Amino acid sequence: MILGGLSIDWALFVIAVWLVLGLLGLAALRRFELVARVLFPLGALAGLVLAFAAVQGLLSTPEVAVLPIGLPQLPFHLRLDPLAAFFLFVIGAAGCGISLFAAGYFRKGEGTPPGLLCFEYHLFLASMALVVLADDAYAFMVAWESMALSSYFLVTTNHKVPEIRAAGFLYLLIAHVGAIAILLCFGVLQANTGDYTFANMRIQQLSPFWASAAFLLAVFGFGAKAGVLPLHVWLPEAHPAAPSPVSALMSGVMLKTAIYGLLRVGFDLLHLQLWWWGVLLLALGLATALFGVVFATVQSDMKRLLAYSSIENIGLLLAAIGLALVFRAYGMTALAALALTACLYHVASHAFFKSLLFLTTGSVLHATGERNLGHLGGLMRFMPWVAWLALIGVFASSGLPPFSGFVSEWLLLQSFLFTPGLPDSFLNMLIPLAAAAVALTAALAGYAMVKFFGVIFLGQPREEKLRQAHDAGMQEKAGMLWLAAWCVALGLLPNLMIRFIDPVTEKLVGQGLAQQAAANGWWLLTPTSIERASYGPLFFLLGVAAACAIAFVLVRLFYHGRLRRAAPWGCGYPWLTPRMQDTAEGYGQPIRQIFEPFFRLERQLPAPADRQPFYQVMVSDRFWHGVYLPIARAVEFLAALVGRLQQGRIATYLLYSFLTLLFMLLMVPGVKK
Amino acid sequence: MSLSSIFSQFLAIVAALLLAPLLMGWVNQWRAWFGNRSGAGLLQPYRMLHKLFHKESVVAESASPLFRFAPYVIFGCMLLASAIVPTLSTDLPLAPAADAIALVGLFALARIFISLAAMDIGTAFGTLGARREMLIGFLAEPALLTVLFTASLIGQSTSLSTIVETLAHKQFAIHPSLAFAGIAFTFVSFAENARVPVDNPATHLELTMIHEALILEYSGRHLALIEWAAALKLFAYSCIGLALFFPWGIAEAQAPLAMLFALPALVFKLATGGFLLALIETLSAKMRIFRVPEFLATAFLLAVIGMLTHILLGA
Repeated sequence: MILGGLSIDWALFVIAVWLVLGLLGLAALRRFELVARVLFPLGALAGLVLAFAAVQGLLSTPEVAVLPIGLPQLPFHLRLDPLAAFFLFVIGAAGCGISLFAAGYFRKGEGTPPGLLCFEYHLFLASMALVVLADDAYAFMVAWESMALSSYFLVTTNHKVPEIRAAGFLYLLIAHVGAIAILLCFGVLQANTGDYTFANMRIQQLSPFWASAAFLLAVFGFGAKAGVLPLHVWLPEAHPAAPSPVSALMSGVMLKTAIYGLLRVGFDLLHLQLWWWGVLLLALGLATALFGVVFATVQSDMKRLLAYSSIENIGLLLAAIGLALVFRAYGMTALAALALTACLYHVASHAFFKSLLFLTTGSVLHATGERNLGHLGGLMRFMPWVAWLALIGVFASSGLPPFSGFVSEWLLLQSFLFTPGLPDSFLNMLIPLAAAAVALTAALAGYAMVKFFGVIFLGQPREEKLRQAHDAGMQEKAGMLWLAAWCVALGLLPNLMIRFIDPVTEKLVGQGLAQQAAANGWWLLTPTSIERASYGPLFFLLGVAAACAIAFVLVRLFYHGRLRRAAPWGCGYPWLTPRMQDTAEGYGQPIRQIFEPFFRLERQLPAPADRQPFYQVMVSDRFWHGVYLPIARAVEFLAALVGRLQQGRIATYLLYSFLTLLFMLLMVPGVKK
Repeated sequence: MSLSSIFSQFLAIVAALLLAPLLMGWVNQWRAWFGNRSGAGLLQPYRMLHKLFHKESVVAESASPLFRFAPYVIFGCMLLASAIVPTLSTDLPLAPAADAIALVGLFALARIFISLAAMDIGTAFGTLGARREMLIGFLAEPALLTVLFTASLIGQSTSLSTIVETLAHKQFAIHPSLAFAGIAFTFVSFAENARVPVDNPATHLELTMIHEALILEYSGRHLALIEWAAALKLFAYSCIGLALFFPWGIAEAQAPLAMLFALPALVFKLATGGFLLALIETLSAKMRIFRVPEFLATAFLLAVIGMLTHILLGA
């Protein structure tokens, strides 16, 4: 079709190319020019090929391949079905933009040598693609673990900073706790047959008890990777610690592999779906979304703000999956297809806008050396390209029409509003309330994004050095433009995109949306019927644009276009300084006050007679203090108990060995006195 | 798309553009009379727009293109919003482009644009206004959506035209859910249109202004567009309220001649609504900013109760 040949061969070819590029990077460890100007752009090209291969795979029948690597008798089984192809497309298309940006981003002399970085980066990409392609638990776990490890090393690129090492450790720890749960989940799914291929798992008829066990393990395992409450603590530490292109890959793409895993287990490998799984995911998702967005609004570090916003979006995705599960469990396939389409649409949309936003923070970081919102401001005048591209990402992220985030939000709200058909009256009541929670989350996301954009790019520069900030380079611009173009295209042409989501929903729930959605023309999105709901983003854009243009022309025709520049109004006070602007903390203050129970606040107030009054508020996560620190303390306590055994004297250790040996001999049944 | 539907769409836009400042003038006139003042007359908003368009625009030195671009976008958003709300007729060719949810998105787009423009100059007032505006916005938006959800559940559609047609044909059936939704909607409209219990449209006092702080740096044609947009917003909100809770008199596609009666009906309903708005504004005092979350949380709660009433009782 587009590329010719089997799509899976092309996908494997791209994975091989990425691995080779990585190895070349290792060979050219410190040859910065080669790595940046040749290897990364080639990686971007490979990503583009992968996206094309995935589109081709989406439209064709599932393809399988067996790679004779790994342990003897345990080859890698790979399969490219529509679900895998959709996520491959996201990896390829977003990866392409990020690699382009990375070509211009990595500089000499920043922590890890460029060649090593190139190796880790491309290994990360390749393992993500392999996770999606894997068709047996063994290949899946190998890919999953190499994804975790390569991203761990990428997070700790700047390993000289102690906080970054700590963030990396936390990430690795939670990733592995999650990996154990996933492994156990596969163990349950194979139902004692000893055959760990997904093909075998699909035909197993698990009892509802074991199916629920497998599902809960999957939620825990993949939830740990996705940053679901209360396993989210690593995300706001690790994502900002990494270099920006890596943050973009992790937030935009890697989190989606967890969503992929959940969909794979919940809809494909398990033969039945229970309604309470859906309710569980819905509740978990909404709690995560609300938590994420409330924390995003009070952050002072631009990358942490985006990381919390990723938690919010993962929550929304989870809620959409939960809704699809509920509908599926009650056999309402059309609605399940609608909710699942909303979920997949948001997967693609979030991949593009979050990557874009993380990349813009990268450019800002390079131009100014600042991540703290309190030291930024006014960059729109010095970095117009980055600012306008960031604005597109901000609009998409706030769920504003006609950008990509709105389409998925709209579809999700539509699927919520159709629920009164459910047979369970309790659910009937609960689900519209969930819709109200989604509305609140979306509105708060707008607040967080206005803060993000306004404090970084608008206003006056809060520091003198910001006036020397330079715009992004050619490659950086190209990468961001690519991602921004997707944000716009996904927003304006929803029917086109839904046609590519259709094969996935058809496979997972047995029904597609595309034909109905485009029934009233390709420009109008009508998921059920035109009387019931419709949204035409192109008309919408044209309407607003035409009104703008007519107003502009008429004002100049009837009146004039005179303009005078003057100093801003300062209430008659002559010194208008940047410090009079709202700070990031000030912007978060209303939220801190309204959602106070969410936060753990530590206040230091000055005494009335203080000569040098000092005021400090620390906002931190209740989960960290309520869940993680007690666990850490318990582990340390147990470790201290074990530590008593270690005396540091050889004679004692020899005694331990002797006693152990004696014990073992007693245990062996065959030994006669 | 018939000729009559294009005509009714055109008429709706023209009516919105012309009636919006008149509604503003009507409300201000009543406010003046209630305050024992003689008032500036019904046509004052037109005179003000004309004056502002004549004046040159003074723009701060540090303003970015976003600042000059924003008034047009806000005006465009509000015009589109009042074009898709069924004011005179439900037969609107533009209506399928945006349903109730997209309409809320449209208001959000305008709000974010005006907030970003206010932050652009980097004065204390602009950022303060932007923060407060976004605060009220994120509290009001879920309440507004929930009100629209209730109406959508009753009308089995999120398209405003379909909802209005369904509601208009239910002869005098009293919906308790709509009563709750109606009160919630009134609260939201007061907050979103910067009216008295939440914000005071007549104030320029530093500590209390919200909407005025946002637009403090604007002048000339930019200010005119923003003022007109604010009038359009009030008009659109009033029309949403009238369409959802008092849908009688709006023409439908089958009966284009009903348009003749739709216009007097609309003017009458708007006049009553404007009078009540001025009355409530005169009788209530402005709240502290941190009372606003409670006010809007009440609205949200009422809207949710309305939705639950509909789901539980089917009413």
